Amino acid sequence: MKHATIAALCLLLGGGVLAQEGDSTAVRKKMFSYSEFTGEIEGSYRYFPEESLYPGQHEEYFSSAFQPKLYLEWNDGKQSFNFQGFARLDQYDNQRTHADIREMYWQKVFRTWEMSVGLKKIFWGVTESNHLVDIINQSDGVEGFDLEQKLGQPMVHLSFAPSWGTVDMFILSYFRELTFPGEQGRLRPPFQINYDDVTFESDNEEWQPEFALRWSNSISVFDIGLSHFYGTSRTPIFNTVVDTSFNISFTPHYELINQSAIDLQASTGSMLWKVEAIHRESKRKTITAITAGGEYTFSNLFRSGIDVGILAEYLFDDRGQELITGFNNDIFLAARIALNDKQSTDFLGGVTIDRDTDAQLLFAQANRRLGETWKVSLDYSGFGNIPEDDFLYLIRKDGFVQVTLIKYF
Amino acid sequence: MKQSKVLSLVALASIVSMSAFAQNKGLEIAKKADAADNGWGDSANTLNMTLKNRHGQETKRQMKSYFLEVKGDGDKSLTVFNTPADVKGTATLAYTHKSGPDDQWLYLPALKRVKRISGSNRSGPFMGSEFAYEDLSSQEVEKYTYKYIKDEKMNGADCHVVERYPVEKTSGYKRQVVWFNKSNYRVEKTDYYDRKNTLLKTLTFSKYKQYLGKYWRANEMKMVNHQNKKQTVLQFTDMKFKTGLTEEDFSQNSLKRAK
Repeated sequence: MKHATIAALCLLLGGGVLAQEGDSTAVRKKMFSYSEFTGEIEGSYRYFPEESLYPGQHEEYFSSAFQPKLYLEWNDGKQSFNFQGFARLDQYDNQRTHADIREMYWQKVFRTWEMSVGLKKIFWGVTESNHLVDIINQSDGVEGFDLEQKLGQPMVHLSFAPSWGTVDMFILSYFRELTFPGEQGRLRPPFQINYDDVTFESDNEEWQPEFALRWSNSISVFDIGLSHFYGTSRTPIFNTVVDTSFNISFTPHYELINQSAIDLQASTGSMLWKVEAIHRESKRKTITAITAGGEYTFSNLFRSGIDVGILAEYLFDDRGQELITGFNNDIFLAARIALNDKQSTDFLGGVTIDRDTDAQLLFAQANRRLGETWKVSLDYSGFGNIPEDDFLYLIRKDGFVQVTLIKYF
Repeated sequence: MKQSKVLSLVALASIVSMSAFAQNKGLEIAKKADAADNGWGDSANTLNMTLKNRHGQETKRQMKSYFLEVKGDGDKSLTVFNTPADVKGTATLAYTHKSGPDDQWLYLPALKRVKRISGSNRSGPFMGSEFAYEDLSSQEVEKYTYKYIKDEKMNGADCHVVERYPVEKTSGYKRQVVWFNKSNYRVEKTDYYDRKNTLLKTLTFSKYKQYLGKYWRANEMKMVNHQNKKQTVLQFTDMKFKTGLTEEDFSQNSLKRAK
């Protein structure tokens, strides 16, 4: 229902703009000078080798996802409409069966600036193990517990590019809650999450106006970004609720925060140096977090055409055990191999190790194009040595392997 | 004895002066080729790439490229992939430099992420083809040292044959042999020798057309790899010049918008 309201709002807005454009164009040969309808359909199979911890969970899951994209361009490419939908159907998990509008915005480009209105996805940052600085969009919590997939965020986005960099200004509203797998899904805590009782620090609840500002620039070998965000935290804190029959459940609470951040990358030869740091203030707490490290690439190894990259990053967060991700004092190590063959075969695998507890988060993935319009992906995710007081202890048996077949159209 | 010493000195001097002459003439030809290609401003094209393996099986890719001539430095370019479908919308932005590594960024549309790519990765293959990144990058005079070899006919045209040696240590080649057309300084053929000085690849240029009444561009380029027997053919269509592109069209914002 909420999605429908947003969709209607954006269509109305988009429609108004289109109509206005139509009226102001004296000669209207063609409404759109360029259009593209593309997308992808995937089928995936996930297998959890370890027996489940909680009732209702399964060992095998089939799921399918559909992602259509529409792009329309007019006014000599100066204006465009962008749409990207997403829908997943999961065999058992009723939360993972979900739909979202990832993007639906109108954009107008002027010489040195551009304006977008609608639902949009924005990415900020440079590190690989963790995305501290990236804050505009809520993560799609049921797509993957790595939180790499994002939900569409309604916004007005102005981007101005003078000679001294790029200035991005955002006015955001309509907050999107973080969701977790349902009762029959894996990778979930044993407690129920009370989405209906969610609380906000702001009296405006999800309609709280939010603001963000970012300056970024590339100066010789450096890429630098400075940003500030004011609004509702994308990460909830959980209030424990115990009912009369002693059932424990969690109610998410979302605070108002001010977050200042820096991301910096330097490219020296085959080495990329990366740093992301945030300073976040709420009424309850002030936190500092940093992720820093690098990536070294051995390119065209032994003239084979193969690239091998070694990644190492250190993660610090003074939230400590309150963090869902658990990255409070961790080392991330990974290797990336790109065969650079005509099927673009690549591998990435690594581990995040907690320096205090030796807890390990393992992952591996491989991708290969099949023919011209298909792709196959293999994924592995695992947990090792998770101590009882770690949040990840609740999902310690949820390591899995997954195979995904994707068709592009 | 004395005489032979004098003779060998003369011989040595003539060898030194010969090699200095060959270097000067080589550089002279490279400069003339560069000058002949000055002032084109900006250009755009659609590139169809056909990869052929040793059994003749073909794989195709399509991309659009935009170029901006930069006075006093290397050119800027933006390339966006159309096919294969899984990389559609993936785009690269490059600021090439006369000396030192180029600045390069890659845009990944699924993540909306712009990533800087290490400028030292020059010798690796581009999209599984027989072209290395350095073969497709802007060819600046300063990127090589030169030696004139001889004059010879190639593709029915009188050519200067010049050997050139990459300055950057990250290059995958020990040397390249280039056939410059004597009348207009366009390149007819290039032989690439690997670090062991073995012939690795041959690039031939064909279907030359003249644009803006001055600039010659090959509409077909064929790279044959002699060692793995694979080849890659590049065919250019919709080649346009002076399309009104400016610095703003080669920004990270443009990279994200590229279609």
